[in-house]
Amino acid sequence: MLKLSKYVLYDIVRSKVILAYTAFLFLVSFSLFNMEENSSKAILSLLNIILIVVPLISMIFTTIHYYNSYEFIELMLSQPMSRRKILLSEYAGVGLSLLSSFLIGVGVPVLFFSPDSIGFSLLFTGCSLTLVFTSLAFLTSVMARDKARGIGFALLLWFYFALIYDGLILLILFNFSDYPLEKITLVLSALNPIDLGRISIMLKMDVSALMGYTGALYKDFFGSGAGTLFTAGIMLLWIVIPLWLALRVFKRKDL
Amino acid sequence: MKNLLTILFLFVTGNVFANKIVVGKDKAISTLRQGINKAQDGDTILLNKGIYKEGTLVIDKAVYLIGIDHPVLDGENKNEILTLTGKNIVIRGIHFANAGYSAMNDYAALKIIDATNILIENNSIVNTSFGIHLANTINSVVRNNTIKGNNKSEHSSGNGIHLWKCSNMQIENNLIEGHRDGIYFEFVTQSSIQKNLSENNIRYGLHFMFSHDNSYLANTFRNNGAGVAVMYTKNVRMENNVFEKNWGPSAYGILLKDISNSYIKNNKFIQNTVAIHMEGSSRIEIEQNIFKENGWAIKVQASCDDNKFFQNNFFGNSFDVATNGSLVLNKFYKNYWDKYEGYDRNRDGVGDVPYHPVSMYSMIVEQNPNSLILLRSFMVSLLDKAEKAIPSLASENLTDDKPMIKPNKL
Amino acid sequence: MIRIEHINKKFKKLTALKDITAQFEKGQVISLIGPNGSGKTTLIKAILGMVKADSGQIFFSDELINGDPSYRSQIGYMPQIGRYPDNMKVGQLFRMLRNIRNVTADNLDKELINKFGLKEIFEKPMRTLSGGTRQKVSAALAFLFDPDVLILDEPTAGLDPLSSEILKEKILKEKNKNKLILITSHILSDLDELTTHIMYLQEGSMEFFKAIEQLREETGELKLGKAIARIMKGEKFNSAWIDRMFEIKNEKRIY
Repeated sequence: MLKLSKYVLYDIVRSKVILAYTAFLFLVSFSLFNMEENSSKAILSLLNIILIVVPLISMIFTTIHYYNSYEFIELMLSQPMSRRKILLSEYAGVGLSLLSSFLIGVGVPVLFFSPDSIGFSLLFTGCSLTLVFTSLAFLTSVMARDKARGIGFALLLWFYFALIYDGLILLILFNFSDYPLEKITLVLSALNPIDLGRISIMLKMDVSALMGYTGALYKDFFGSGAGTLFTAGIMLLWIVIPLWLALRVFKRKDL
Repeated sequence: MKNLLTILFLFVTGNVFANKIVVGKDKAISTLRQGINKAQDGDTILLNKGIYKEGTLVIDKAVYLIGIDHPVLDGENKNEILTLTGKNIVIRGIHFANAGYSAMNDYAALKIIDATNILIENNSIVNTSFGIHLANTINSVVRNNTIKGNNKSEHSSGNGIHLWKCSNMQIENNLIEGHRDGIYFEFVTQSSIQKNLSENNIRYGLHFMFSHDNSYLANTFRNNGAGVAVMYTKNVRMENNVFEKNWGPSAYGILLKDISNSYIKNNKFIQNTVAIHMEGSSRIEIEQNIFKENGWAIKVQASCDDNKFFQNNFFGNSFDVATNGSLVLNKFYKNYWDKYEGYDRNRDGVGDVPYHPVSMYSMIVEQNPNSLILLRSFMVSLLDKAEKAIPSLASENLTDDKPMIKPNKL
Repeated sequence: MIRIEHINKKFKKLTALKDITAQFEKGQVISLIGPNGSGKTTLIKAILGMVKADSGQIFFSDELINGDPSYRSQIGYMPQIGRYPDNMKVGQLFRMLRNIRNVTADNLDKELINKFGLKEIFEKPMRTLSGGTRQKVSAALAFLFDPDVLILDEPTAGLDPLSSEILKEKILKEKNKNKLILITSHILSDLDELTTHIMYLQEGSMEFFKAIEQLREETGELKLGKAIARIMKGEKFNSAWIDRMFEIKNEKRIY
């Protein structure tokens, strides 16, 4: 499997898009840290990039890459190689290259300017979201028939996780405000990888606020050792399950 | 300072006629009780190193009790250790340990009742219910003491330094931890509380009520269960204090309840759940403070009026200002808000667009605390952006009309 | 070598393959012909395992094809459109496939690489190559591992006449080594000298599958194109497609 992903990775890290993405992340993070007097404000702006831009780019890039590699994947299929290996190699190649873009673009400035617990939770969230949305994009790509549909589907999914989902949560919170909703919100937030990542950063950045009334519950839960494991575990599921579904679809798919 | 000089003067003049009584395990006088009995007004009792378990001792004459190499007075977990009454008494260099606990009485390591001109200094007090308990006392000094409680439940623990009906007191340079309230005042006036460190107490680092005309300078209140709460008092001056890491569902850097005509100046509020919470308070000037990384920098209930918030610096707070009603009766100006995104065309250092410190989202959270889970989400930042673009969306009209472009120099 | 039994395949409502049964043996060169959308490529893909048939079975060396990709190590496949990762270098592509197939340098058939002069462009990235050059790369890859079975989808479509001739010679050479070669093509004249059997597909059905001698005998025509045309006219096929094939052939003659 490594044999193939090595070359996929080699191909992608030379692509202009991924270079531009890395440069964009690096310039933005670097200038944010340089512009703001206190790094917490830079971290805040960076947070928005990680929660919004990283998932978007990961999804769109993966989708376009998949459709551009369609004929190459066909060629690989004519080789003595299982479909599982081919898709996983592609995933590893795309995932690793997006991950290294992120780590160079955001990781290096963060380690340089803000190597504290907030910085590390930012990096954790960024890395997780990169892999999660790469997985999701593979799933939508193998399901959608053509490139336009695939990109459309990916955009919709991104929009859903980035914005609509939170709107729905707010709606629920207000419509059922008479009921005890703390635990339900906890579960709901785990059902959206962006929310989950956001909360894990919030626990470091807004710990003071989270210790306030209902907040203490989140802090107690997510802040504990078990909570950290929970967050990491759910993130892992968000990576593995879409990828596994994508594999299932891909195995039965006609190319 | 005046009090202190008076006391010192008394001691110095008194000393001319004074005797020295030496108490020690291997000395002629081997118990402190004997020593106290022998002493006359103005005498000095030198207590040598050793552990003394003598039940409850009472000093009611003007003596100096001076410990040499930290002798230990042990209450064996059942007694109050030392009671003072009268005037001109000094207690210095003694280690008090294991005072008893009683549900009926406020047992303390050191209890001072109906006294004047008392100096308590350089003592350490460990594992007691109340630490130093002063009642009906004036012109006295408590300084350089270390008071460490055993951090039990709120119910079974007492206060570190407890003052009831006192005036002209100085509480200075003490370290208090692990008690119910670090410093507790009720009906205490004309006093100054300086340079104390009160931390890790079960309830409040500082708690007072009905205690007018006191000043609190350069103290640190850190990581107390509920922070600091002050109530029903006027003419309070709080300067150069640090309030930090007071975390919890009802923990405050400082909770002001029915406080009026007071100054809160040059303090630092760092990483508190709520830095300042005000209710029923008026005519307070809150100036030149630093609010950094708090959950809520300022929460003002609608019952507050005529308060001024100016030249403060706000950095990295999750919410700057929140309220349950309207804040129009209070004034905010010349503060630095790190969330401010306005511009300064005439370069006078003051932003040209007013700042709205109460965000729409903070009102949402006020109404529906569960929605705190959406903090920092894309939706909330869109909401805030929309509010900035269309100010009429803002649900609260409070503005800082002169927001600073750069942090105020403090 | 390859046995196809009652293969059916539908894409949504479109019937791609309708009850196809055939047997291909070593030493045969089989031309798959038929109009666009007649199912030629689908049949090839079914043999390669890229398309999963709705019913029916395919055997490769008497082994049923079902999931295990190892049989493909005996197949060389040249796709109709060769698209490769943009930034991959030509040399890397060859190296990668060698890695995947685990073949030592001694067992490689580098004849086409040499004849097409691909060695000189080994350091060029794929995106800089013209369509024709990519076809040459595809062809060289198909023959590289000296496989028992060659599947060539429109092999001469994008090639210049000279390269086309080189490829044909190569196919002939492999045929003489007693290999099974499957070719789809629009241009009948190209196949004249090579073909041993013709399979004609129309709308997913196999209209006939005959040895070339038998065809000539039945129709009395020497030229393959005319022989087929005769059959079709005899069987009242729409002959427009055949006419178009002749046009192409005639155009070529001008050169």
